Amino acid sequence: MPAELYLNVAVGGVLTGLVYGLMALGLSVIFGVVRVVNFAHGEMMTIAMYIAVTLFTAFHLDPLVMLVPIAAVMFAFGYVLQTRLINPFITRPEYSQFLLLVAVAIIIVNLLLIAFGPDAQNVQTSYGYDSFQIGPLIIDATKLYAGLAAIVVAAALFGFFQYTRPGTAIRACADNYTGALVVGLDVKHLYALTFGLGAACVGAAGCMLLLIFDVTPAVGPAYTLLAFVIVITGGLGSMPGALIGGVLIGLTEAMAGLLFTPSAKSMFAFGILVLVLLFRPQGIMGKKTS
Amino acid sequence: MNALLSVSGVSKRFRGLVAVDRVSFEVPEGGIFAVIGPNGAGKTTLFNMIAGVFPPDTGTITFAGERIDGLPPDRICRRGIGRTFQIVRPFPALSVEDNVIVGALLHRKRVDAARVHAHEVLRRLDLYDKRGQRASSLTLPDRKRLEVARALASDPKLLLLDEVMAGLRPTEMDRIVAILRELNRETGLTILLIEHVMRAVMALASRILVLHHGAAIAEGLPEQVMRDRAVIESYLGVEAV
Amino acid sequence: MIARLIEGVPRRALALLGALLAALVAAPLVASDYLLTVLILILYFAYIGQAWNIMMGFAGQLSLGHALYVGLGAYTAASLNVHFGIGPWLGLLVAVPVAALAGAFIGFLAFRFRVAGVYFAILTIAVAEFARVGFDHLSWTSGSSGLFLPVAQFTHNDLWHLRGHPVMFYYILLAAAVLAFIFCRALLQSRVGYFWRAIREDEEAARSTGIDVFHYKMIAVVISAAMTSFAGVIYAFYYNNLFPEQVFHISRSIEIILGPIVGGIGTLFGPILGAVVLTGLAETLTAALAAAGIDLPGAKQVFYGICLLLVITTLPDGVWPWVCKRIGLAERNK
Repeated sequence: MPAELYLNVAVGGVLTGLVYGLMALGLSVIFGVVRVVNFAHGEMMTIAMYIAVTLFTAFHLDPLVMLVPIAAVMFAFGYVLQTRLINPFITRPEYSQFLLLVAVAIIIVNLLLIAFGPDAQNVQTSYGYDSFQIGPLIIDATKLYAGLAAIVVAAALFGFFQYTRPGTAIRACADNYTGALVVGLDVKHLYALTFGLGAACVGAAGCMLLLIFDVTPAVGPAYTLLAFVIVITGGLGSMPGALIGGVLIGLTEAMAGLLFTPSAKSMFAFGILVLVLLFRPQGIMGKKTS
Repeated sequence: MNALLSVSGVSKRFRGLVAVDRVSFEVPEGGIFAVIGPNGAGKTTLFNMIAGVFPPDTGTITFAGERIDGLPPDRICRRGIGRTFQIVRPFPALSVEDNVIVGALLHRKRVDAARVHAHEVLRRLDLYDKRGQRASSLTLPDRKRLEVARALASDPKLLLLDEVMAGLRPTEMDRIVAILRELNRETGLTILLIEHVMRAVMALASRILVLHHGAAIAEGLPEQVMRDRAVIESYLGVEAV
Repeated sequence: MIARLIEGVPRRALALLGALLAALVAAPLVASDYLLTVLILILYFAYIGQAWNIMMGFAGQLSLGHALYVGLGAYTAASLNVHFGIGPWLGLLVAVPVAALAGAFIGFLAFRFRVAGVYFAILTIAVAEFARVGFDHLSWTSGSSGLFLPVAQFTHNDLWHLRGHPVMFYYILLAAAVLAFIFCRALLQSRVGYFWRAIREDEEAARSTGIDVFHYKMIAVVISAAMTSFAGVIYAFYYNNLFPEQVFHISRSIEIILGPIVGGIGTLFGPILGAVVLTGLAETLTAALAAAGIDLPGAKQVFYGICLLLVITTLPDGVWPWVCKRIGLAERNK
């Protein structure tokens, strides 16, 4: 096969990976701060994807244009979920929290199945078949826009955590829960804020992903798993790690799809997960805990 | 008398901090040996190395003639060293009896034999009447005695006690001291204890090692050590001497 | 030995158990065909729940990929039958070691490299998913198009080849569930059981009392996997068709854990009670919907999700401990 093909597939993989990274970023942020493993992550993204699909089929609104409103809706959803359901579970054993979110995930997936049916739905934008040519490189417009949008949203998130007061407060919470309480931070609210942000991230990522892939209710669990693979590979709790992990996985998936059969590409993600869990459980960017 | 436990030139650093600095001592078989020192002196780190929680950076630890430094905690226990924890860790949802049975099962294949032995140990530690209660429902002194019972049930030759007197009222403390002395006298059990409470140390120990900033500053008979200048300085400051 | 098994159990409870057993043995005589299939499902989940419970309830390891062992058991026995005409009971002799090996593999990876808690759960999910996608591409088992067993007849019951009326499967599963129950009870009372409970309570403290934690965790995983694979063999010969998409799917793994969690992790009756409550209610729901002419694929799963949610939030120890308190049974591990 010609070298250009590899290059194009690789670039496509990297761009898709950026969106994966944004999705995983939400998971990482939630875990890093609230210390809850959000097993309903992919399912939440599926909700966003279906909202986007519905808006597109009904009103022809481009998912990227609807990105902000949809992210806002998901933010509200995440905020409420945290305050109403998850908050009492912060002090419970780990597997209890996990199972709670497993239950939420099951309910979401199957409600979506009842509402929308099992068939795949997608979004055909006007630029759906466009592509850009830079030298030997041919880049799909959808992937380019999605990748760029992912970078913008991720940058906004970094900025929020680095330069705003609530952002700094959240980082303080993550670092030292008791300390945060002692200085009077409203931890419950900050946790809810964080979960909301994680949900917003995933909502935005969903809109972008919709440009590239179809949506069925079943993709929820698949994306949850993918998010876990990325976050563990990149380092649980590390924001840059999530993006790096996402790009790595996106690239691997694309290349595996090219070199082997496309349907087997998820096996490579799992292979990477097993390797990471065995040899570098803290991930690429994570800190080693004894 | 033979040395049951022999610690030689043992050190441990954590990043920049030297927690234990080339400490050596021997615990004679059948003796009661106490390690004392101000907070941060390195006592628990020393203990954890002997118990196998982490290996020493330098030096060797020999038990009953064989090297044990670097072995994991379960292997060390099987060699005959039992330990308690500074912050007690009984198995919360198990009954008092079951906690001790777990210890007794180490060297026994059958549960009924283990139960018989567990009952003996419980009687000795004055916990027999509470054997059906959940461990999590016990008071602190009872939980401390439960930990000792569980460690004893595994038939150790050496018992490591990590600040077992902390948080106990004088009467409770005297009770445990009496039980330990009885055990040592009747069964020849060797005991190595870390302790802050001097009353217990003086009542139990036949030899004392004093640590300060990770290094051994005095070792010997209790009366000698208590009068040692360096020891008094480390505890009370230079002015007190 | 029987004396030891029933030691500490109040006569009232033993009588109830006996009555329950008698009722179950007699059930096929009065049950309709539909009710029989529901009962078979209940027994299947009760059995698998016991097997899963060994890993989680006894040894404290959360496995969310148990469908792996069902699938391996099913596919091994089925493909041996299809390709070489080997009967299921002989196929079992191969299926169990295969599943046990898979369990040992996962256990080794996890425990040697200190993969615990949530990470362990994710590892189990990943391996099951790996198998799902893998078997989709495995031509020896017909990949994603499905492996089909030759369906003979229902006129007479062939126990050796597991061909026959559902009643035969009912009694096999009943026997399996009863034996599993007794086996688990014996395990809990044994030395291994004590060590498992210690490990579940506090791994570090267990280690300091001389327990080789790795060794005993491995035993739990291997036993659990081996027991589960038997259910897989039955699954294969009962449904007569296998698709990787279904057999290894994470929904199967979640169905497996629902019973024990709702019923009560770590207890002996939990998995059974959970299976009865969940499967019974779910089938009632499906039947009610069907009667009303509504076909909602996914309704059953939503129901399961809600049950799990309710149990986790209100009765985290499960329904059985709550029932025990209500009817005044002792709090021992029953």
